[in-house]
Amino acid sequence: MLDLSRYSCLGAALRDALERWPKEICLIEADRDRENCRLTYRQFKEAALPLARWLQDSEFHPGGRAAITMTNQSKWLISAYAIFYCGGVLVPIDYKLTPAEQLQLLAHSKAEVLIVEYHLWKAIAQSSEFGTLRTKTVLVTEAPANAEVYGAHRWEDSKGKGEAEFFARERHDPACIVYSSGTGGRPKGCVLTHENYLEQCMALTSLYPFWPGVRYLSILPTNHAIDFMVGFIGPFTCGATVVHLRSLRPEYIREAFTKYKITYMSLVPMVLKNLERGLRQRFSELPAGKRRVLNGLIRINRTMTRGRPRVGLSRALLRDVHNAFGGELRALFTGGAFTEPATLQFFYDLGIPVANGYGCTEAGTAITLNDFKPFRADTVGKPLPGMELKIIGPDAEGIGEVAVRSKTVMSHYLDDPEMTAEVLVDGWLMTGDLGRIDPAGHLQLFGRKKNMIVTEEGKNIYPEDIENVFEGIAVKEFCVFAANYLWPRRTMTGEQLVIVVHPEQDHTIDEELRAEIGARNRRLLNYKRISGIVPWERDFPRTAALKIKRNVLAEEIRQTIDSSAVIPL
Amino acid sequence: MSNLQETTEQILTLAAQHFKVPRERLSPDDDFFKKLGINSLQTLDLLTRLENHFQVELPDYELQGVSDFRTLAERIQARL
Repeated sequence: MLDLSRYSCLGAALRDALERWPKEICLIEADRDRENCRLTYRQFKEAALPLARWLQDSEFHPGGRAAITMTNQSKWLISAYAIFYCGGVLVPIDYKLTPAEQLQLLAHSKAEVLIVEYHLWKAIAQSSEFGTLRTKTVLVTEAPANAEVYGAHRWEDSKGKGEAEFFARERHDPACIVYSSGTGGRPKGCVLTHENYLEQCMALTSLYPFWPGVRYLSILPTNHAIDFMVGFIGPFTCGATVVHLRSLRPEYIREAFTKYKITYMSLVPMVLKNLERGLRQRFSELPAGKRRVLNGLIRINRTMTRGRPRVGLSRALLRDVHNAFGGELRALFTGGAFTEPATLQFFYDLGIPVANGYGCTEAGTAITLNDFKPFRADTVGKPLPGMELKIIGPDAEGIGEVAVRSKTVMSHYLDDPEMTAEVLVDGWLMTGDLGRIDPAGHLQLFGRKKNMIVTEEGKNIYPEDIENVFEGIAVKEFCVFAANYLWPRRTMTGEQLVIVVHPEQDHTIDEELRAEIGARNRRLLNYKRISGIVPWERDFPRTAALKIKRNVLAEEIRQTIDSSAVIPL
Repeated sequence: MSNLQETTEQILTLAAQHFKVPRERLSPDDDFFKKLGINSLQTLDLLTRLENHFQVELPDYELQGVSDFRTLAERIQARL
């Protein structure tokens, strides 16, 4: 791989990668069982540089911000490289956000350029908030011929003439602004520098190396921190191949494994669980004799790999299972949400190690990762090289808030020094997660100190972000909380949101109010919905500026009622 | 070609079969995540079944932001 310690910015590292492995395949884009495109590193460069030139001709200057809103596909990476080539700052936006939320982040980031897929752009253009868009240049991909493009330029036609000029950036310059939350309230735009990414990439590839010939299956969208690193920067700076699959359906994922002989793949715990469910189902359908043989082989594999993974041995022992995964799979990566130890153990026993990790947007991609020396299903692994971890205010069991210090920690939150000061204290990032470091140096997580939840799909949901949907309900006041924040449980599973409702005087939480809250709730995306109502009779404590003192209110609630008071929705 | 009401009816029947719930428990405005207790990946399974039935291709993103049968039927109807 390239020696990333020598580079000052992602653009320069990627530029050298494209020169170094011109004939290697860097990208394959598959849609179901069809292959949309296959590009060598040279062809990738030939696709990206005319776009970079077009951006430069459109007054996009070094330090300018350009957003990408796309599903999982090759044009995301081509566009990102063009932006870095111009010295621009990339703003990856989650395509699953609503048009109003996307517009809000575009406004907050002050993105001058937006690169977006047609169906997403159409939804934005048809939304009632479209008039708030200030982004001056919009490039839309895959717009059908003769379709209305609402003032955008067609990505496929945006090719400048002449050579694009390369603009290098310094290590401490911003590379990306990544939103960890704030779509409904106060946007949290993590400003991540080129150094953050270069250091993160070196740390990850020191444990899990890529090389030409490695094929990484990408099913997460590239705006996801894990995929940006493991499905773009990591493989590209090593001459490896990224296979984009534009569908999450199990039947096409299975086909992609065998068709492309996949080496690595990242997935959120929900998809991993689904894979496990499918495999267990297939095992249960085997004739009794074959099942006994399989179980015996799994037991042998478990014994033989107790100390470390032995990929060759596992492939020989459990040939059919490994062949179903293409026969060349070395590891799966997971993170972003809690993964059940039993699931990790299930795959490890089959000879498919799942590298379970822990990280947060503010710290780049990953802070800890399982190194399989030996495999542990009950932790999120050890700190990656270059990461310092400490536990703040540990209790008698050693559990306290996890703090991290490393070159991968973000520079600041965009335009929010107050919030930055809350999380970056004396050079340490306060994660808001509760954990303990065990004698072997592994991190174990035990819930959260902060008021938020993480869904099984790996989505971080902050209560403040969904409150606006309940504005105007007929109550005196209300406030949304993570149930785990009100009544701490030492677990990271089954996290839910609840709404605390203080009814008007002489009113109760009647059927009509419940129906209204239920109807408002359904306006939210399914994973953002609240699960119950907490009735509350006293006035909320407030600041002089009338803001709710959430931590004080939470403490009052905790002291007064328990979770049995929640009325399910 | 089916009209929207027929399409909705067919989706409800297929969903009931696929997730093994009595058809009469499902109605067009139901939140299928909640009513069927399924996650977004399981809805993709249903989408595959609907594609085979209606003989149309429905990209994964067609389910984006959809959580009730009626809206799902509208998305499918638009592609018939």
